[in-house]
Amino acid sequence: MAIAALKTQHRNLVQTMFDEGMLDNQFNQLQDLQDSSNPNFVDEVITLFCNDAERIITELTRHLSYQNVDFSKLDSYVHQLKGSSSSIGAHRLKLACVNLRQASDGWNKEECVEAFYSIRREYCHLRTKFQVMMQIQRRIVSLENNQQ
Amino acid sequence: MGLKLKQSYHHSVTVKVNEQMGTKRGYTFIQANRAWLPKFLLLWVMVMAFLSTWIYKKMDADNKVRRKEVLSSMCDQRARMLQDQFSVSVNHVHALAILVSTFHYYKDPSAIDQETFAEYTARTAFERPLLSGVAYAERVKHSEREKFERQHGWTIKTMKREPSPIRDEYAPVIFSQETVSYIESLDMMSGEEDQENILRARATGKAVLTSPFRLLGSHHLGVVLTFPVYKSKLPPKPTVEERIEATAGYLGGAFDVESLVENLLGQLAGNQAILVNVYDVTNSSDHLIMYGHQNQDGDLALLHESKLDFGDPFRKHQMICRYHQKAPTSWTALTTAFLFFVICLLVGYILYGAAIHIVKVEDDFHGMQELMVRAEAADVAKSQFLATVSHEIRTPMNGILGMLALLLDTDLSSTQRDYAQTAQVCGKALITLINEVLDRAKIEAGKLELETVPFDLRSILDDVLSLFSEKSRNKGLELAVFVSDKVPEMVMGDPGRFRQIITNLVGNSVKFTERGHIFVKVHVAENPKPIDDAKAESCLDGGSDEAALISGGRQFNTLSGYEAADERNSWDSFQLLVTAEALQNDASEKMTVADEASRSVTLMVSVEDTGIGIPLIAQDRVFTPFMQADSSTSRNYGGTGIGLSITKCLVELMGGHISFISRPQVGSTFSFTTVFGRLKKASRSDMKKSNAEDLPSGFRGLKAIVVDGKPVRAAVTRYHLKRLGMLVEIANNVKIAASACGKNGSSCGSKIQPDIVLVEKDSWLSGEYSCLSLRMLDRKQNGDLFKLPNMILLATNITNAELEKAKAAGFADTTIMKPLRASMVAACLQQVLETGKSQPGKGMPNGSSVLGSLLCGKRILVVDDNMVNRRVAAGALKKFGAAVECAASGKAALKLLQLPHSFDACFMDIQMPEMDGFEATRRIRMLESQANEEMNGDTEKGSGRKDEWHLPILAMTADVIHATYDECLKCGMDGYVSKPFEEENLYQAVAKFFKTKPISDS
Repeated sequence: MAIAALKTQHRNLVQTMFDEGMLDNQFNQLQDLQDSSNPNFVDEVITLFCNDAERIITELTRHLSYQNVDFSKLDSYVHQLKGSSSSIGAHRLKLACVNLRQASDGWNKEECVEAFYSIRREYCHLRTKFQVMMQIQRRIVSLENNQQ
Repeated sequence: MGLKLKQSYHHSVTVKVNEQMGTKRGYTFIQANRAWLPKFLLLWVMVMAFLSTWIYKKMDADNKVRRKEVLSSMCDQRARMLQDQFSVSVNHVHALAILVSTFHYYKDPSAIDQETFAEYTARTAFERPLLSGVAYAERVKHSEREKFERQHGWTIKTMKREPSPIRDEYAPVIFSQETVSYIESLDMMSGEEDQENILRARATGKAVLTSPFRLLGSHHLGVVLTFPVYKSKLPPKPTVEERIEATAGYLGGAFDVESLVENLLGQLAGNQAILVNVYDVTNSSDHLIMYGHQNQDGDLALLHESKLDFGDPFRKHQMICRYHQKAPTSWTALTTAFLFFVICLLVGYILYGAAIHIVKVEDDFHGMQELMVRAEAADVAKSQFLATVSHEIRTPMNGILGMLALLLDTDLSSTQRDYAQTAQVCGKALITLINEVLDRAKIEAGKLELETVPFDLRSILDDVLSLFSEKSRNKGLELAVFVSDKVPEMVMGDPGRFRQIITNLVGNSVKFTERGHIFVKVHVAENPKPIDDAKAESCLDGGSDEAALISGGRQFNTLSGYEAADERNSWDSFQLLVTAEALQNDASEKMTVADEASRSVTLMVSVEDTGIGIPLIAQDRVFTPFMQADSSTSRNYGGTGIGLSITKCLVELMGGHISFISRPQVGSTFSFTTVFGRLKKASRSDMKKSNAEDLPSGFRGLKAIVVDGKPVRAAVTRYHLKRLGMLVEIANNVKIAASACGKNGSSCGSKIQPDIVLVEKDSWLSGEYSCLSLRMLDRKQNGDLFKLPNMILLATNITNAELEKAKAAGFADTTIMKPLRASMVAACLQQVLETGKSQPGKGMPNGSSVLGSLLCGKRILVVDDNMVNRRVAAGALKKFGAAVECAASGKAALKLLQLPHSFDACFMDIQMPEMDGFEATRRIRMLESQANEEMNGDTEKGSGRKDEWHLPILAMTADVIHATYDECLKCGMDGYVSKPFEEENLYQAVAKFFKTKPISDS
């Protein structure tokens, strides 16, 4: 029963994330990839994603703090972040990345900074949700293991 | 950077100012010579004074000439008359002389005595008007004196009435006119003048005149005329001696010149004006006056002399005329000149005044212009300052926010968390405000540029809605978007700014609305086509009546049933719009052609809410920055009121205009138009894939029934489902839906066999028989062995109890929460359909199983520098049974792919640092071709064909535009899959290469 409740909670959480546009269809597919053979797949990918994203955000912070921004560097980092976020289905983060790429294409530092903040915002938001999700997930997994 | 910017701003400002000053240099002539103006005036006055003097002089001179002419003519006239009369008199005296000689001397005895003479002369006096009288004096020699005295009986007397002294000869008067009888017996030789006269007369034989003298008996000036009378006939050319010898006597007459002239002048006109003097000028040094006073006043400046010839060549006379008065000042000339001067003076002054005025006005104008330039510069500076400062503020603010976010992630007590969260919320609000100020400043400084990129309007609207979904859900608001079918899928414009406008308007609406709905509607602005009322009527099919019945109270045909400010948005017109579009779509071929032709499309966007509305007094300053409806608004709802002004600016930048209709306590409807570019058809398909949010195509062709009592809301739902490619029917309530299902199921199943039934929560709850009918529906479906359509509940907010109830009634677990978004609806539907599992024939399960068989046991290399992507791709491929290895860069991949290797396929990311996918592929192909050549050389053909090295390489790319695809093929790749993986896509790509192998394997 507890598992069912947790699963509902999990589903609702994912649903709200969908509703808010934080996630898109890709996340569904990601979830589909997780099965008994690969029970921690989503967890694993999310962790990877978070680490990667944090690294990139750190880099972006560093680059944006320079007097003369190297827009091509910026672009390559954002491209990475965009790639990983679209892989994971983080829709809004992806949009934010697109914004930043456009800004950096235009060599507009102001807009870059603006877009970067929105990226950071989206990421923080996403991470909070992901953490909750992972906690629920882990509890489900541990309960299932116990049952077995 | 900021400093640099500032400098460039400064530069631009000064340039601008200079430019404006430059234009100011366009002085007029007057302005250029302003210092000369008083001098001009003075010069003018002087010239005019000179001119008027000249005019006066000219006129005066004319006058004088005329006066002189008049004088001379008058004078000559007088002289002539005098002369004529004089000569007449002289002639007569001459005649008398002949008379005397004839009758006195030639007759013997004399026929004339004193009496006869007196009478004759008296009777012929009228012939000699100038003579006071005539007398005849006989020449008496001294020798004859006694004889003479005896004969006559009197002695000869001198002029002084004394007996005459002894002289050579005498000239005693013997005959005299009565008027001069007193001179009888007087010796004319005794008077000096007379004697001289007599001597001259007898010598010449002509009439001679004396110089003027006072006449005897009267005190008038006069002259005496003397004529000689000869005794015998003179020889033809007599000498003087002969003449003297022949002389018998002398006839004399006295001219009383004074009275004579007086009489004469009296007869003439202009007598009064003219002053006449007659002079004897025989002695040129001493003029003797004959008439007139010597020292009379009169105009001494002007006189005229006329010669007088009285017939005595020895005597010379002349007449001098003068005007009595001095020449009168010529008033005409004076006034003319004066008036001329005055007029010129006035004209000059008027011109001067005008010039001064012009100078003053121009000075003012330039002053104003300068002030304006300065004000504009100040305004620009202000905006720049704002922009700079906002930007500078944002940097630390973001630091603060970031730190707060990090702080919130740490372990905090609830109080601390509360504080930190409050700080974060405040910070966010501040950032938003600063951003808005920055935007506004940017717009004002003219620095905001719109980009023109293709974008999907619908997905942007969905995104905006998702932003407000939570808020609206908390407030229980219906939030919906509807985009008309005619709006092109992709348009060219600035998605960011469009999003900002919509966000602003919707944000406002959400803020000020407590109940009801917020409805965003987009359609193509065009001249509305007239549609028959009948057609509109038929569209309503009684649905609205029913809705009114249900609520029992006032019910409006809007999204939520609340009244909206702008009636135009009500269902009636909305329906008209929708049907009109449907009608037009029938004949759409031409339409689309026409649409393609036009380069741009004007969209009409309206955001309707049922909020508190805008007070009437505040409606005209809604778009003014920092003006909220009233101060209480900001107290109640917060905000600065800058949003709408930015929105207005943005809309105007986008070539549209914004307006609103608002009724207090009813709601507001903001509408704006924007102009977007159309995409060319060719480029559209490419761009669509890359930029648009991809909606899953799995629902294409599914049939759905939407059960909703509110037509507007149903239309919105239909719109979203249509975007997913579904066929949608609308039913007003569950009953109709049920019957529709049943009917279709039993009789003409081909028409509509709903896969999904979407029921609006209100409709479900409002019908008391809903549960029943649903059950009925279930039974019927089961009984007829038709598959059960998925029942999905649509709700704005739902309680757990309601959810349970819904589940009990047979609804799917997943409730679609509003606001609807196509992607979200898709996700939910997918969830429902998957859990239902009752649907065979869907591509996905099929695809995955096939994919599994295709990929099972294959060794696949995934090359991607992005760890996450790598992991996901690996996960996806592993799921289908492939053995996956990963490489993080092109170099690593090359290393792994050194021949010989055992990989069956390679998925290659394109964009990688150091060595990108293209390069890596090129190198791999190079290695392969080398190996192949070697092999061919070694083993001839035979087995070579099949074992020829050719590793299928598939590009993984996020942007699937044609150029990229061509590039992929060019460098030797075999295909591409879009990133992130979609099974269908993956299947299609992989199937090409593995089709033959699995068959042979299995």
